[in-house]
Amino acid sequence: MRRTKWEEYQKDIADDKYYYARSCIRQNFFPGSEKAFLDILRNDLGKDIFDDPLHTSCTGIGYHSDIVPFETIMTVVARQFALMHEAGYENFTSSCITSFGIYTEILNTWEEFPETEERTRENLFKATGRELVKPKSLAHTSDVIFHLRKEIAERMKRPLVNALTGEPLRVVEHIGCHYAKIFPKSGIGGSEFPYVLAGMIESWGGEVVDYPERRHCCGFGFRNYLVQANRGYSVANSQKKLESMAPYRPDFIVCNCPGCSMFLDKWQYTIAEMEGTTYGAHGHGIPVLTYEEMAGLVLGYDPWELGMQMHAVDVEPLLEKMGVEYDPSTKYLGPKGKYIGKPAAAAVNCSAGVTLYDIKK
Amino acid sequence: MRARKVVIIGGGVAGMQTALRLRALGEEPIIIEREAQLGGKVRNWYLLFPTFIPSADVVEPLMRAVKEQGIEVHLGCEVVQFDNHRVELADGERIDCDAVALCSGSTIFDARLKEEYGYGIYDNVYTSVDIERMMAEGRMPERSPRRVAILHCVGSRDEKVCQRHCSKVCCITGVKQAIELKKLYPKADVFNFYMDIRMFGPGYEELYHTAQRNYNVHFVRGRISEASPLMDGCIQIKAEDTLTGRPLRMSVDMLILLVGMRANDDNVRFAESAGLRLADSGFMRAADLFAGNVRSSREGIFYAGTITAPKSIGEVLNEGVVVADSIVDYLNKQEG
Repeated sequence: MRRTKWEEYQKDIADDKYYYARSCIRQNFFPGSEKAFLDILRNDLGKDIFDDPLHTSCTGIGYHSDIVPFETIMTVVARQFALMHEAGYENFTSSCITSFGIYTEILNTWEEFPETEERTRENLFKATGRELVKPKSLAHTSDVIFHLRKEIAERMKRPLVNALTGEPLRVVEHIGCHYAKIFPKSGIGGSEFPYVLAGMIESWGGEVVDYPERRHCCGFGFRNYLVQANRGYSVANSQKKLESMAPYRPDFIVCNCPGCSMFLDKWQYTIAEMEGTTYGAHGHGIPVLTYEEMAGLVLGYDPWELGMQMHAVDVEPLLEKMGVEYDPSTKYLGPKGKYIGKPAAAAVNCSAGVTLYDIKK
Repeated sequence: MRARKVVIIGGGVAGMQTALRLRALGEEPIIIEREAQLGGKVRNWYLLFPTFIPSADVVEPLMRAVKEQGIEVHLGCEVVQFDNHRVELADGERIDCDAVALCSGSTIFDARLKEEYGYGIYDNVYTSVDIERMMAEGRMPERSPRRVAILHCVGSRDEKVCQRHCSKVCCITGVKQAIELKKLYPKADVFNFYMDIRMFGPGYEELYHTAQRNYNVHFVRGRISEASPLMDGCIQIKAEDTLTGRPLRMSVDMLILLVGMRANDDNVRFAESAGLRLADSGFMRAADLFAGNVRSSREGIFYAGTITAPKSIGEVLNEGVVVADSIVDYLNKQEG
């Protein structure tokens, strides 16, 4: 793809000393990813990143569901920034795209309407006695990995290359809507051609797949899944994307949003069970990775340590393509060797066939 | 009476027409043109709406007449700053004069800024300016496209790119180019996606009907939301047909963006140096929109052409005459 404008959409990302804000939901869906991020930054790259147990949810899901008022969420966010300052950091990095959108929106609101910042400052002080100090830089954690992609490439153990054919792996990248669709300048590459994940893929030897519905939302949309009756709409959006990308035969999908990675993964299971349709090779699904998992694999991490056994779509076909050595027998063993349970066989996975029959029965 | 010097900034059709009329009235016009050639943007157009005459039929007689009349022309010269008695060029030369006509036109909107349409990224996405040039140079694809989409208002009436004004001539250009495409590729389906169809000029409405009746050009009221490439090189577009209230998705072999006119970046500098006023759109603000639409807010500085707003070529040519008459009137009054 020829890009001529994206270079203009750049932002300053700090080189070191980050204050880390976790996501509310990622630790359930992709439990190894946030740990992998911290491990990569601390152990592989020697960076200073502070994982603060004091910070809370940004309440973004409540805000987008009209439960949490704007005044409240501004105060909650102000508290996160105050905690960052108290911990001696000034570079805020958030693991969640919804939170990143919230932080961006609130910082912009304060800039455009300074009176709201003053009011929030007062509210924060009255409620907690803390002082609001805005961050010097705000980045999503995928921005941080993008920023450090060359350092990761220098330590790369397994490039995004098919070990059998030597061809680059074909990767679909999907960017969360709240990353840059609200404020295009907040994302690397802007909203139309975001480069944050594409840059990682290209730096680590893969090839980015461009397909017609590339910029379409995954269907996560809070109202689409919080209201059970609307969930069909969420599935329909994921299905639209999957049908559009399938002819390009991607080896895997990588996302930078908690919701996108969950729904593009789990709705594949749903669609396979509902309609018997799968989108990957040999009648299986297309593995969906977080960017931390992708970086972890590139750096030689064990896939089960990265939490990849928690995916709805099995990742083994991808691991084999990349030449990753893994132990199938330890897939469902936790960190201390405790059996964590095993999902039933599903059409979308390597041992397809049984489930469809079961459903019909 | 001595001939009075009038510097004309811009050598497009407005500038040339102004110069010729001033010469006919016995004055001494001097044209300053940034490009290496006179003619402005019209030089690159193929056929002109609504009569389908070649643009050369308008531009070349003007260029010939400028030469025959021995009008002083400075090509490849940028104006740095000016006031009503002096124009300073980038090479340091200063030209003293009795009045200035600002005819430096407008700028074509950069379609790359509307990233969702993929101009400059995907093959088969063109601007209306590209099509004019390709038609003029005979470089249109030999193989007939099955389907062509023409999108109106790219960089016009669009607050997201800070261009709230209507560029006026794009609607009729869309109709004209659709007919040209149907003549070239009779089997192709040509769709115009529009917000409103504004057929303000003589013969325009008739051409709009001709396009539908005789050439079966389709008109869909709705803007395209995004364009994406398909495996076979076609472009997939998404839009909403707002008359039927239904979303639509279509694959097209060519997507043509009707790019609008925006104010020149130079306008700000010119306004500051000469004490002129800008309109909200960034175009120059005329003294008033009725009796004084070629006068500026400063004595001795006049406007002609698209420096004040998007206009058709016919309107620009008329303004050239009007501005010359106004300048002579002003100079006569100055000399009492």
